[in-house]
Amino acid sequence: MVAKTTIVRFATACMLVCCFLFSGAQLHAQRDAISTDEAVIKEGKALFEDWTCNTCHAVGRKLVGPDLAGVYDRRELDWIKSFVKNAGKMIADGDPQAVALYEEYNQIMSPWALDDNQIMAILAYVRNVEENPVVEAKPTDGGGAVSPGAGGSGVPESYLNTIVVALVVVLILILIVLALIISVLRKYVQDKGELSDDDEAIVNEKFSISAFLKSPTVIGIITFLVIVLAAKNVIDGLYTVGVQQGYAPKQPINFSHKIHAGDYEIDCQYCHTGVEIGKSANIPSVNICMNCHSSIKTDSPEIQKLYAAQESGKPIEWVRVHNLPDLAYFNHSQHVKVGQIECQTCHGEIQEMAVVEQHAPLTMGWCIDCHRNTDVNTKGNGYYDKLVELHNSSSKSAMKVADIGGLECAKCHY
Amino acid sequence: MKENQKTYWKGIEQLTNDSEFVKKNSSEFPEYLPVSNEEGNSNRRDFLKLMGFGIAAASLAACEAPVRKAIPYLNKPVDVDPSVPNYYASTYVNGGDAVSVVVKTREGRPIKVEGNKYSTIAQGGTNAQVEASVLSLYDKERLTGPTKGGADIDWETLDKEVTAKLGAIAAKGGQIRIVSQSVLSPTTKKAIGEFISKYPTTQHVTYDAVSAYGISEANRMSFGEAMIPSYDFSKAHTIVSVGADFLGTWISPIEFTKQYSKTRKINDHHKEMSRHFQFESNLSLTGSNADYRTPIKPSQAGPLVAAIYNGIAAKAGQAKVSGGASVDHANKAINELWANRGKSLVVSGSNDPAVQVLVNGINTMLGNYGTTINTDAPIYYRQGDDQAMNNLGKEMNAGTVAGVIFFNCNPVYDSAEGSAIAAGLSKAELTVSTSDRMDETASAVEYVAPDHHYLEQWNDAELREGHFSLIQPTISPLFKTRQSPESFLKWAGQDVEYYTYLQNNWKDSYFGRQTDTSNFQTFWDKALFDGVVELGGSSKSVAYNYSAAASAATLVAQNYKAGTGFQLALYDKIGLGNGSQANNPWLQEMSDPVTKATWDNYVTISIKDANDLGITLVEGETQLVNLTVNGTTVKVPALVQPGQAIGTLGLAVGYGRTKAGKVANEVGVDAYPFITRLNGANIMDVMAGVNVTATGEGYKIAQTQTHQTYMGRENVIQESVLSEYKHDSGAGRWHPKIYKEGKYVKPSKITLWSGHEYNNHHWAMTIDMNSCTGCSACTVACQAENNIPVVGKQEVLNRRDMAWIRIDRYYSAANPAGDKKELENAAENPEVTFQPMLCQHCNNAPCETVCPVAATTHSTEGLNQMTYNRCIGTRYCANNCPYKVRRFNWFKYHDNTQFPDNMAMNNDLGKMVLNPDVTVRARGVMEKCSMCVQRIQAGKLAAKREGRRPVDGEISIACASACPSDAITFGDLNDPNSKISKTLQIEEKKDGEGATERVVNEARAYHVLEEINVSPNIWYMTKIRNKDKQTEA
Repeated sequence: MVAKTTIVRFATACMLVCCFLFSGAQLHAQRDAISTDEAVIKEGKALFEDWTCNTCHAVGRKLVGPDLAGVYDRRELDWIKSFVKNAGKMIADGDPQAVALYEEYNQIMSPWALDDNQIMAILAYVRNVEENPVVEAKPTDGGGAVSPGAGGSGVPESYLNTIVVALVVVLILILIVLALIISVLRKYVQDKGELSDDDEAIVNEKFSISAFLKSPTVIGIITFLVIVLAAKNVIDGLYTVGVQQGYAPKQPINFSHKIHAGDYEIDCQYCHTGVEIGKSANIPSVNICMNCHSSIKTDSPEIQKLYAAQESGKPIEWVRVHNLPDLAYFNHSQHVKVGQIECQTCHGEIQEMAVVEQHAPLTMGWCIDCHRNTDVNTKGNGYYDKLVELHNSSSKSAMKVADIGGLECAKCHY
Repeated sequence: MKENQKTYWKGIEQLTNDSEFVKKNSSEFPEYLPVSNEEGNSNRRDFLKLMGFGIAAASLAACEAPVRKAIPYLNKPVDVDPSVPNYYASTYVNGGDAVSVVVKTREGRPIKVEGNKYSTIAQGGTNAQVEASVLSLYDKERLTGPTKGGADIDWETLDKEVTAKLGAIAAKGGQIRIVSQSVLSPTTKKAIGEFISKYPTTQHVTYDAVSAYGISEANRMSFGEAMIPSYDFSKAHTIVSVGADFLGTWISPIEFTKQYSKTRKINDHHKEMSRHFQFESNLSLTGSNADYRTPIKPSQAGPLVAAIYNGIAAKAGQAKVSGGASVDHANKAINELWANRGKSLVVSGSNDPAVQVLVNGINTMLGNYGTTINTDAPIYYRQGDDQAMNNLGKEMNAGTVAGVIFFNCNPVYDSAEGSAIAAGLSKAELTVSTSDRMDETASAVEYVAPDHHYLEQWNDAELREGHFSLIQPTISPLFKTRQSPESFLKWAGQDVEYYTYLQNNWKDSYFGRQTDTSNFQTFWDKALFDGVVELGGSSKSVAYNYSAAASAATLVAQNYKAGTGFQLALYDKIGLGNGSQANNPWLQEMSDPVTKATWDNYVTISIKDANDLGITLVEGETQLVNLTVNGTTVKVPALVQPGQAIGTLGLAVGYGRTKAGKVANEVGVDAYPFITRLNGANIMDVMAGVNVTATGEGYKIAQTQTHQTYMGRENVIQESVLSEYKHDSGAGRWHPKIYKEGKYVKPSKITLWSGHEYNNHHWAMTIDMNSCTGCSACTVACQAENNIPVVGKQEVLNRRDMAWIRIDRYYSAANPAGDKKELENAAENPEVTFQPMLCQHCNNAPCETVCPVAATTHSTEGLNQMTYNRCIGTRYCANNCPYKVRRFNWFKYHDNTQFPDNMAMNNDLGKMVLNPDVTVRARGVMEKCSMCVQRIQAGKLAAKREGRRPVDGEISIACASACPSDAITFGDLNDPNSKISKTLQIEEKKDGEGATERVVNEARAYHVLEEINVSPNIWYMTKIRNKDKQTEA
């Protein structure tokens, strides 16, 4: 009995292993059936984005739908093709793998009108990504301890520091050398011993630090320096009143621009809908978040806050990071749509910020500097045609914002 | 060319050169410093203490910036983008007044009302009341829900109780009345109809606070059709008005102003204009614009109309009627009317049907029906029936009315039957009001079922037959109010949402009358987008019944007898109208175009009568008088008014509210009880039983009149007459010359200024003084657009009113005067000129050079910029401004309990009206007209986003777009195709040409105070009166 069962078990195991190996080999053969041709991969990439596969699928991680890495190892190509074309039908027909997927992900992929070649191209792209993962550059520490100077012009601060340190070292060396020379000379003179009394007094004179410190000249200089430094600090301090550069308050939801704008490369305008049409860029309303988060990361406690807001009807009270005074009028569409300024110009490397911080000082000096130095984006804009013509007739340099009234008070204050 | 040698004056004190007046006006600011707060007298130590505290507090506060929240929508509505305005076509409705408007909303709040240019009636014009109505939406005095006996209840309870009581009344055959002002909405009328069919003992009684019943009654007598025809002043060459203030308040003033101004526009290619005769008692806005104005007593109006009738009848070969007494200019008017048959118009403001029958006869004989008068599309603004209202008063007093519903009306206050109705209320079983506030009527009834404000509701309005204007909500209801027609339907047992009801009514009644589309949704969407739907009127016969004229003339001869005592002419003001919007501080503080008074009701009295009574008016200082009308005496200040007919007094209705709210209560006296009855209609004239006596008690009227006087610089007004203009376009122009090196040269030839060149835009404005009627719509529009504070009566008295644009009103004698005596005679009936005055945006701006902190600077687009955050309040600029258009913030007007009248800045509700694109100014800074720079910037940006230049007309500023007479043209002088460039006939800018060197070829265009060479960007066009050149005197 025992032997029999053992044999049966052994046989079954062998069969299973064989099957597995065989099927594995077959599926591995499938992987090889997928093209590695550059052109096909390129086409696949385009398809992957154009058909918005990337909204729900990624290679190497799960999104709304399954991770696509190695899908050709798990499923037969024909199965993949028919699933892509009409997943709903397969589930309805009771295909066990399709039903299992449905039970796991709790949703049905929409049918896509892709032909077999296109699907193969997409798989080629997936294979390519899987086999040649892009090495992500480690984001630098965004602590904000060192902030680039306003306007970012001139020598970088680190160079300056190095130069200062070098100068100090050189000074100390010079002092040491001088001291050495003095002692050598003194010794030499004393050894000679042919000095008058006066000279002897000078040579043997003891240097008194306390007398030096008490001399009116030194006191005067020190007092002067202290006052000047104090005044400078006070004035500098006053200039920073109300300047919140580096301000990175804790937000009610731990939202990360790094994930959304950086990792997933979601277009800024997808959420900040007003940026090209109005004064405000707009903080997205909850319904925009829900476009994705109705199915992505639904169990995250941070995302749960969205649902709570939706249920209670109370909007989320974000903490405002960029606060312009009410007396200043700033319009996003003028800068982003008309001027084609990158968001990062004022907001910093927002796609790398896990917590948003105020990058620019947002002072009037900062605005004015930029208006002085920035060329007007006149290309293809009929509004500026005549102005450019007039400007070029009298000047060789490019037309700056300041040249067309960009420094006038009533451009921002009214 | 001879220069204009007329003498202009703004007030009698200036005319008589009162010493106090001269003293006050010799300094820039009449105020004494320091500005005292309640106790005042702060000393140096207080100052130091405060300064120390201030510095400490400021530095402490600065350490940590406050955490500010940014709260996005939970679910953003598709069409609402924060900071991007939306515009909705709707209709301003207030009682019988209705105007098609476009409402600007920001983040779902209406903040500005402008005219709808698609409307063929108002054609985009507005008036002060329309402009101000958006603030009434945010009035804290509005009811927040239904009430019973003054206590809040919910709608279910109210509906249950009202329906039960209505049922009980109907069951025993008790009488029910719905009382309302003219209802313009056909769908609301249908709902009322359903209510009536449910409760058949119901009658709908309509009245108008200021009635035009006499006109519709007269049309019934004359033509057999009770209606008010529509008028077209634009086709009239000769206009005769007997007491009708058709540019100010009469029936449809915006429409009439649009039409009238078309006849006053002249240029080198069109040197014709209408001639306008006005016969009236009070100096009205219309009278101020007339070419020939004759002051008459109210008792002369009827006989004058009869005399005109006879004059025309003699020429037309019709039978004369009895009576008739002519006055000055009447014969001239008759001759010109006859010469312009079919192109003339005679109107009368009288509500006496007998007078109106004669007016109809005159217009019939002149052949004006079908040309300037259109009976096919009657006006629906005034549907009131004075007889029915009078009956209601009697019935209620007798206790025969069991149930009464006051639908958006306040007859206890604003009808002649007020006291009878008030007395009858306690005798009724059910009393309901739908008022938006606890007004005089609502506080006396049991149930109040408050209606939505017009900006919160769906509705329609039929302004004239076949001409519809739709109302769509621009904000969801602020309070738990409900639309009255929905209430009527509910009480009639129909549980239907009014929007559905409205749409169904349109589907059934009007959709079939148009042929543009067969899809109702398309039709409806377009109707809402346009705001207006025109389906055409129906033709009516106008066969005049001449026998009616004879009997009317007999009545006139009986009723109009010149007594010996004073006569009182009641009127409604341009600002406050019938008083329904009395709690609107913008209207209260709007300076009356003619009297220039704010915040007050006063009796206007002629100079002669004032002298007889020993009353003088100096700097607003006057006396209280006892005005007795048919036994009732009120104490009211007297305002000495040039042009007031001798022996007459004028008093406005709309004041003396007791329950309108904090702003309006106890301002002025109530004149509604003085309305008399004649031939079954309510008459605004009291021809007997009027007396006035001086009390000797001093009183101050807050007039803006003499503020900002020019003192002796007379050529701010340049005018001529049409005959002169015809052979010289530059007639009336004054060309100052400055002596330089042995010869006289133009002031612009001598300059210290290097000048500006505007390469991009060159914003400028022209103001046609010939079109400007002085209606002051622009001043309120500016107030709404630019967050201008209301300062209250005391501060106006202190001459600290904040208006950025004001209307200067000048009186003058018809002829150059030799001596002061002659001027004073002329003051009995002066000519009037209106001149809107605002920052002139000088190219050589004197304010800019004196500012020590460069807070006021010049832009590259011709604007004079005022930067509040830079201003330290030295007021040097105001001192140096020759036009006196700069305003100083003496106080913090926002969030300050000392200025409760400044409704728009002192509570959360009122603040919703503020324009978010314009800074609310702090205390201690100067402000002035910015030429709506926020609109210019927004318009430029819209063009830039689309990569093109702005199109002319795309950028409009608040005053120009409000103007019902198109007197203000704003635009870009660098755009050769702009309207303003064409109006000024300015030569195209050459490269390198400075702003002051531009050549303007329009001979009428001038700069105010050209001699000082500040080179403004505001051009005025000479005033041309259509008067014969006078040779006498």
